Amino acid sequence: MARLSDDELGAITDAFERLLRNQCSEQHVRRWMEDRCGYDDNLWQAMAQMGITGLLVAEEYGGAGVGMVAVERIMEIAGSALLGAPLLTSAVMSVVAIQTSGDETACNNLLPGIADGSSIATLLMTGPSGGWREETIDLQAKANGDEWHLSGKACYVLHARNADVWLAVANTDAGPSLFDVSPGADGITLSTLPSFDHTLVLDEVILDGVPATCIGQTGKGWTAIENALNAGTIALAGEQAGGAEHILQIAVEYAKIRHQFGRPIGSFQAIKHMASDLVLEVESAISAARKAASVADEGAEDAATWRNLAGFSCADAFTRTAKDAVQMHGGIAFTWEHPAHLYLRRSRADAQLFGTPEAYRERYLTNLGG
Amino acid sequence: MSDTQPEIETVQEEVRSWLKANWDPAWQGQEQDGPDRISWLTKVFDAGWAAPQWPKKWFGREYDDARGRVVREEFARVGAFGTGQDRTNLWINTLLAAGTDELKQQLLPGLMRGEINMCLLYSEPGAGSDLAGVRTSVKRDGDDWVVNGQKVWTSGAKTAHYGMLIARTDWEVPKHKGLSFFFLPMNQPGVEVRPLRQVTNESHFNEVFITDARAPAANLLGKEGEGWRVLMTALAYERSFMGESARGPRSGTSVEQMPGEDELVALAREAGKLNDPIIRQRLAQVIAWRELNNLNTERGKAALKLGTSSSIMSLGKLAMSRILHETARLRTDLLGVHSLLEGSDYPYAEDANFLSLNAYFTSIGGGTDQVQRNIIGERVLGLPKEPEVDKDMPFREVKGG
Repeated sequence: MARLSDDELGAITDAFERLLRNQCSEQHVRRWMEDRCGYDDNLWQAMAQMGITGLLVAEEYGGAGVGMVAVERIMEIAGSALLGAPLLTSAVMSVVAIQTSGDETACNNLLPGIADGSSIATLLMTGPSGGWREETIDLQAKANGDEWHLSGKACYVLHARNADVWLAVANTDAGPSLFDVSPGADGITLSTLPSFDHTLVLDEVILDGVPATCIGQTGKGWTAIENALNAGTIALAGEQAGGAEHILQIAVEYAKIRHQFGRPIGSFQAIKHMASDLVLEVESAISAARKAASVADEGAEDAATWRNLAGFSCADAFTRTAKDAVQMHGGIAFTWEHPAHLYLRRSRADAQLFGTPEAYRERYLTNLGG
Repeated sequence: MSDTQPEIETVQEEVRSWLKANWDPAWQGQEQDGPDRISWLTKVFDAGWAAPQWPKKWFGREYDDARGRVVREEFARVGAFGTGQDRTNLWINTLLAAGTDELKQQLLPGLMRGEINMCLLYSEPGAGSDLAGVRTSVKRDGDDWVVNGQKVWTSGAKTAHYGMLIARTDWEVPKHKGLSFFFLPMNQPGVEVRPLRQVTNESHFNEVFITDARAPAANLLGKEGEGWRVLMTALAYERSFMGESARGPRSGTSVEQMPGEDELVALAREAGKLNDPIIRQRLAQVIAWRELNNLNTERGKAALKLGTSSSIMSLGKLAMSRILHETARLRTDLLGVHSLLEGSDYPYAEDANFLSLNAYFTSIGGGTDQVQRNIIGERVLGLPKEPEVDKDMPFREVKGG
């Protein structure tokens, strides 16, 4: 794995921040919320040109081949801007799943397009219970000679409607296996889900005997998905830390200019102390997300412990910060026009994706030997 | 200064060979007290290692940061103490920043050699969070200052030779402007030290009653009326020590732990509650807070090293308060009814109960959590201060106590 120097990392995060300021402003985000599309292609292509979509893709397949440290920092910035593009599902999780499969044909066919932004991939991972665990897979794969056919339901799929590559994990006699499904194939019913976070593009897919190509070894599909979920947890932790940091900043700036009783509301300890407690939450979230990323890149023995710590700490920090930020604003944040609820909605969504804070805490304690 | 700095390697070799010739590993751990502490510190002082980044005039070597760090690293490598006092010794740093040359000459060597002990005479029964509201008074009398008043929460008062005293020299000006800062000699008839029995039933602190005690004119630090500024410098040094460490259980009994296992996990296992899902969530959370605090400290230190200012360092104390109080609550809940008892026959109860009280040492001592939240809100976030009704009033008219 190549590693970015601090200067290189600084350069790419600065450039990404500038890009999002110009092309993913609140006005942009609100327009995409109306259309429920999450982003636009201009932005996606600009991200691709910057190398953001290829960060994790190995160099031989047209990417930068850098690790989670860079991804996490990029996700902090994405989170602060409420980016709704398929960065997490395509450039992070799908890439990890494909690369873990070790399937050279799939790598050759799929990775260059994901890296250069011409293709968007997503993962069909969980059934109706949404647990993102091996037991919650609903899809079944049947072999007919060399041909596979998939049937069942995949829920809470990110950006299925925007993706041209679907990677589905389905149960086979040999165990869960990873499949490449063409989104245009016969037997597919795609329905868009009405997500509470309007920046989140969420779909449900029903497959009925849809032809598919197996990626990697049969029975090894869950390993690919598990690695993808692990990378997703860290990336999402970065998004949560960045989102929390940004909404706190908005609330603090407001507390400095909003006057009641003849003085700025931020001079009242009731508001000031809320804000100070949130600084601790936000800084802890940033520490947790960055630590999880760096130990993942190092391949440290306790990488899972730090990842699970980030999983619940960042989720809790973001939901609490977004929630308290609404309260600190008062009436103005009870309006649709104010951005605070956008962060609250995103924080509530992020806290459910790939596992709840309670589930991460449970795993963390198990990692610690408890 | 940098053009006259010796080569890093030269410094390193010099410290190494000096330590090889002088340091005895048997002295390790005598930093706080021990039979060889003073003689070792004297050697360190004489060789100029005590405060290597200080001016030569004040017993240093005028090293820059990089060379000072090399000295500290070499000392740390062999487990020796006594260097780096230019960064960590509260007393000498305050004295260097604000003392007269006469007082520096008189006290710096003894302080750096560990011969002179000090204590803090800051808080009063009527001035805790509002420290600028102190009412201990100081009047000039010939060549001396005469002190009257009462101080509290003074540790080490019994053995201290001097106390760093903040007291009022002018009652006609607003509260911050009438304060002055002194090194008060403790061994005199007008200074009476009484141990204070704490909530934990221990006595680590004292009350100090001061009646017509005297300090020589040269013991004034800063100018008369500038005591608040000196105090702020001293408090900044003090805060840099706090937040990272906290006392653990006092019984000395520890539960049997598997290798690498957290003590709280072991306690829960022994209590038969490790399968309780609510306990498991709480265990994970409190251990997480501890780990997050460590991560924050690491990140803050890394930022400081790069020269970026970091807001993180002000969070440690607040974080530690929450960790300690919740740890105490969890320990108590693991014990249940057994927490009714105390004493050495009931070590787990003793520890849980002690911690539940001693947690306040962190959440009140050195500035309450509420004051700390003000500091974070104002200095880190830049939120405006609360209006202070007594800010511009002559102190004589201010209500207190």
